[in-house]
Amino acid sequence: MQEVILEARGINKEFHDPVTVQVLRDVTFAVNKGEFVSVIGKSGCGKSTLLYILSTMDTDYTGELYIDKELMSGRPDVELARIRNEKIGFVFQFHYLLNEFTVLRNVMLPGLKLGRYSEQEVEHRAIERLKMLGIAHLAKQSAYRISGGEKQRVAIARALINDPHIIMGDEPTGNLDKRNSDIVFNIFKELTEAHNQTLLIVTHDPEFAENSHRIIEMEDGRIIRQ
Amino acid sequence: MNFKLIYSIAKSMLLARWRQTLVAAVGVTFSIAMFITLLGFMNGLNDLLDGLILNRTPHVRLYNEIKPSDNQPVNAAEQYRNSYNFISSVKAGVTRQEIYNSGPILQAVKADKRVLGATPKLLAQVFFNEGTIDITGIINGVDVEEESRLFNFKDYVTTGNPIDAKNVANSIILGKGLADILVADIGDVVQVTTAQGERFPLKVVGYFQSGIQEIDKVQSYASLATTQKLLGKPANYMTDIQIKLHDLEQAPAVAREYAQLFQVDAEDIQTANAQFETGSSVRSLISYAVGITLLIVAGFGIFNILNMMIYEKMDSIAILKATGFSGRDVNLVFLLIAMSIGFFGGIVGLVFGFVFSVIIDNIPFVTAALPTITTYPVNYDPVFYFIGGTFSLITTYFAGFFPARKASRVDPVEIIRGK
Repeated sequence: MQEVILEARGINKEFHDPVTVQVLRDVTFAVNKGEFVSVIGKSGCGKSTLLYILSTMDTDYTGELYIDKELMSGRPDVELARIRNEKIGFVFQFHYLLNEFTVLRNVMLPGLKLGRYSEQEVEHRAIERLKMLGIAHLAKQSAYRISGGEKQRVAIARALINDPHIIMGDEPTGNLDKRNSDIVFNIFKELTEAHNQTLLIVTHDPEFAENSHRIIEMEDGRIIRQ
Repeated sequence: MNFKLIYSIAKSMLLARWRQTLVAAVGVTFSIAMFITLLGFMNGLNDLLDGLILNRTPHVRLYNEIKPSDNQPVNAAEQYRNSYNFISSVKAGVTRQEIYNSGPILQAVKADKRVLGATPKLLAQVFFNEGTIDITGIINGVDVEEESRLFNFKDYVTTGNPIDAKNVANSIILGKGLADILVADIGDVVQVTTAQGERFPLKVVGYFQSGIQEIDKVQSYASLATTQKLLGKPANYMTDIQIKLHDLEQAPAVAREYAQLFQVDAEDIQTANAQFETGSSVRSLISYAVGITLLIVAGFGIFNILNMMIYEKMDSIAILKATGFSGRDVNLVFLLIAMSIGFFGGIVGLVFGFVFSVIIDNIPFVTAALPTITTYPVNYDPVFYFIGGTFSLITTYFAGFFPARKASRVDPVEIIRGK
């Protein structure tokens, strides 16, 4: 019996501006613990929109979303922020590090926000994760001084700091060259195989998707293959 | 713990754009410094001008006004009681300028707990004889020691020793203007003619300078005993009792009470010098208005800079929200940024304000009219510093309020997808 980490039931979403367009139609699926799922589909098919709903950042939808068997729909902003902090890790296409901080501090921030560990422990955990991703030597660098591939790895380290139930990625390799894409992909692969980490990655890259465990394909707001 | 984290984020954002921060803080610093300097200088000047009159004006003055009686005999007559009596050409009767029963009144007043001190005074109208020319003047017969203690008399005696007026028999302290007219040096003898026609020689022992020319040309001081001798009156003769209270604000009430109690005329300082009160309060009002305007302008500066900062930091705000910071946390970060600009800018402003005040306080300001003043007057009342400090925090809070709210409402999805 596999444990369900994330479940969507009958999710619908419409954009109203400038005309009403239905972007998601009755999307229902579940992700089990330890799965490496990629979501593919053409531009505009609604896969990114789905990801942001699943991430709890977008609350303007109908249907039910369960993370760790808890219903997310209709909860207040502060609570959702706490759940994002604790249970979800993010990796975006554009690396989105805070340029005011060092690499180490960037990784530590969500951990400090969670407040489960003391500052020393959070720092220790952050360095552990940077080591795992082979970028421990960058810890004291300013975030804007490192290369794109390195930034994406820092973002992954940040996503991992609170041991989230699931890591979500919105085209995490979309902005990287082949070599760096491979590095990032291998990291994901290792995370899911060695650490039983659940991953849900939206991607354009068919090669990336082929190598993951499971592919969800979308078209016109519907899931057509999973 | 959470607050510490938010504080560290705010601090990093502030320091990352330290030039912008500095400009905003300098705006606050400048306005607070100007606010303090302006108020300190303005109030110093106010105090000086008020002091010019108020320091040596009795809070309550008891005297006997020469005026016709309110109770004319016809009103008392039985057969005219119910009629309306017209009396023309009413004259003052046998009233005297002297305060009746002055000794006991003086004792009773001095025993009153509200009273700091009371001193008798005797006004004598005289002519100073300069060759063939007579110059009108007034001799104030005073108790020199009490006058000095209560009304700062000795501060205004610029040449000579005020106590000589008491110790040297038949002596006088002339107003500086009057002395110039009479060409009287210290040690000279001036001839004085009283209203009754008696001629009297008085020895000049000092000059007195009040800062108001008109007064210095007319007034002069002598001891009470000398003046009584001049007028040929006994030792209990006095025309005024001057009273200084512990609390100036009580003067009108005390004046009313004494007028009733002692059956004399009583005038309080507020009635006698209403225009000074008005002048000071209007001047204070203007300086507060200017100071607060400066602060509000600085507030708009902070508002602008924070707004700009939020546009620049959209990505950071989005990422903070995506990784679990709530709208409230983001709001707090930006409020904290605004408030720390206000706090540090304000503190430096208070220091600069104080420094400017000290500088002004040391600029020489010598004027013949004000013998006791050598530099520009400045008031260092801590209340100004308190108001300035509080106000810098309040303005920056409001300047930060709207930008912070805007930041807290940033939708991370829009920013992240918008790229």
